[in-house]
Amino acid sequence: MKKVLSLILALVMALSLVACGGNGGSADGEKVVKIGVFEPQSGDNGAGGKQEILGMQYANQETPTVEIGGETYKVELVMADNASSNDKAPTAAQTLISSGVSLVLGSYGSGVSIAAGDTFLAAGVPAIGVTCTNPQVTSDCEAYFRICFLDPFQGTVLANYAKSDLKASKAYCLAKQGDDYSGGLCNYFIKAFGEANCVYEQFPEGTSDYSTYITNAKNQGCDVFFAPVSTEAAAQIIAKADTQALGMPILAGDTWDSNVILEAAKGTDVQVCVTTFYQEGANAAFDSGIKAWINGDSTALANNGGNDELAAVTVMGYDAYYVALEALKMAGSIEPSAVMSVLPNLVYTGVTGEIKFDSIGDAVRDSAVVKSCNTETGKWDFVTVATAG
Amino acid sequence: MNVMHTVLPYIISGISVGGQYALIAIGYTMVYGILRLINFAHGDVFMVAGLMMVYMAASMPLYIAIPLMIVLTVLLGFAIERVAYKPLRTAPRMSVMISAIGVSYLLQNLALYITGGLNKNYPTIPWISDRITVLGMETTRVTVITPFLTIALVIALVLLINHTKIGMAMRAVSVDFDTAQLMGIKINNVISATFIIGTFLAAIGSMLFFTSFPGIVPTSGGMPGLKAFVAAVFGGIGSIPGAVIGAFIIGICESIIKGLDTILIVSGSITDQIGFATFSDAFTFILLIVILVFKPTGLFGEKTTDKV
Repeated sequence: MKKVLSLILALVMALSLVACGGNGGSADGEKVVKIGVFEPQSGDNGAGGKQEILGMQYANQETPTVEIGGETYKVELVMADNASSNDKAPTAAQTLISSGVSLVLGSYGSGVSIAAGDTFLAAGVPAIGVTCTNPQVTSDCEAYFRICFLDPFQGTVLANYAKSDLKASKAYCLAKQGDDYSGGLCNYFIKAFGEANCVYEQFPEGTSDYSTYITNAKNQGCDVFFAPVSTEAAAQIIAKADTQALGMPILAGDTWDSNVILEAAKGTDVQVCVTTFYQEGANAAFDSGIKAWINGDSTALANNGGNDELAAVTVMGYDAYYVALEALKMAGSIEPSAVMSVLPNLVYTGVTGEIKFDSIGDAVRDSAVVKSCNTETGKWDFVTVATAG
Repeated sequence: MNVMHTVLPYIISGISVGGQYALIAIGYTMVYGILRLINFAHGDVFMVAGLMMVYMAASMPLYIAIPLMIVLTVLLGFAIERVAYKPLRTAPRMSVMISAIGVSYLLQNLALYITGGLNKNYPTIPWISDRITVLGMETTRVTVITPFLTIALVIALVLLINHTKIGMAMRAVSVDFDTAQLMGIKINNVISATFIIGTFLAAIGSMLFFTSFPGIVPTSGGMPGLKAFVAAVFGGIGSIPGAVIGAFIIGICESIIKGLDTILIVSGSITDQIGFATFSDAFTFILLIVILVFKPTGLFGEKTTDKV
């Protein structure tokens, strides 16, 4: 019995080695350029990461090749799961670098991008942040660029919206402890809203009981609930807000632009408003194309949460892929250093608007879309385009 | 009046969470009482029970899905004992514990593989998830039912242990493993019965817990499991009433600490936030350390303990 078991174990080990050896060479004679996809596919931000990847995959099957220096290269997306975890991020980044990528796209979630920045910098591989909005992603790392707006901007927009449109005078802010995204965004929101009028609380990792935070907000007489946390926590917060009759609008950042939120809020009395990058319907041809693709591919459909509601992160993922192709074309080489040197001068007009980088690699963007959740239809309603001014 | 009105919601939600921890804690404490084993996989069995419900509710009506989920969870608990613990009966106690940790990670990773790491929404169970108003506070029916159901189940369990043959066998085994065997008690049946009762309660607990907090990820069993374990140690591991009281104390304290800032501000004791909410988990584990230092056997623990 024991011998059989040890034999099986030995076989498993041998097979796994074979599997490792398998992915060495790629298609015959075809020139391949590899683009790294550094995204969470599990953990707190797994759902969002998968939606962001969808945009890149769609773009990849739409445009599978690129002209670099007069030759046609096949584009291969190399995935690495950073598991939404700051301590797993550098390993995932290293995996991408070892597989020889020319540049990296991602991640959804700022913490993992900050954690992996040094790894990319040390290897000289440029990374383009798609929807990581914390300023430290680019300010602390030469190799990081990004195509989305930043938290100081987003926090200010949300605070202005809460004050002028929602007529709120006291805000309850909830962040996850040790999370760079929600903590940072709350911080900028509080600065713009006025510290004296904000109640700020943090919940620890692994929390599942959000009812006390809802009670806190009600007891302190707040009139807006600002919770830019992960979608996993968001679904629970919305459920609790409904059963406990929160009675004030919930505001959040770009993370909440997800069908997880729509599903959670559908059929409830909870009012949810978010700022985001893209409103469905702004580019009808693109919308119908990607929806047809999502509906035609069961894995894609499952990764999008089972329906074809477009998340802004998917659209950003799509634009990021084309920015990457543009950079490769401009560089005329698949060398990471060549790509890095052309990025500061790149200008590309994507579905979400014009993309170009400033001196530290941040996107020059001055407007955000505000959407609110229609709890009857379970869709987003366009509210306004907000600027920081 | 105003202060009471502020504090009440925290106490009610604390009692509810405490009841859910209690149902998990009984599983820890019973297995420890009999096998002197801390079954680290128990929290993950609780998570798997939740996931089974998610998948089954999608394909069959609830009145079939709920009993089936309970039966399958009990089978899982039974199977884990037979596969991972029984072959190690004569091995050193440490080996069994390592095996339990292995089972825990196995379940978590299987769940990660099946769900793809994404958050799964727990199905809405009618009636118990209806919205009701208790003492001027909006909540769901499950919050109110949980403590009563927990206490009813515990009373049934205590009756079973004190007044049935299998209960007597369990008591005998927990006093002296070897002598009980010599007296003709079929030790494997007793141990299986313990696991079956423990996982049955965990399955009920998972239904109540995830109805209140409807989101399951592969690590969902971790925190509730750990806190239930702390509750079992707090009450004196091996003691069923101890585990239940420990769980209620931890649930209530945790909930009040999360709202302490607000309670103090509303009552006028302080004007600025102190930030107690951040320490709600830290509190649970400080409590564990304090208890172990001052009363190593817990509130209702046996006088002599074996080291694990």
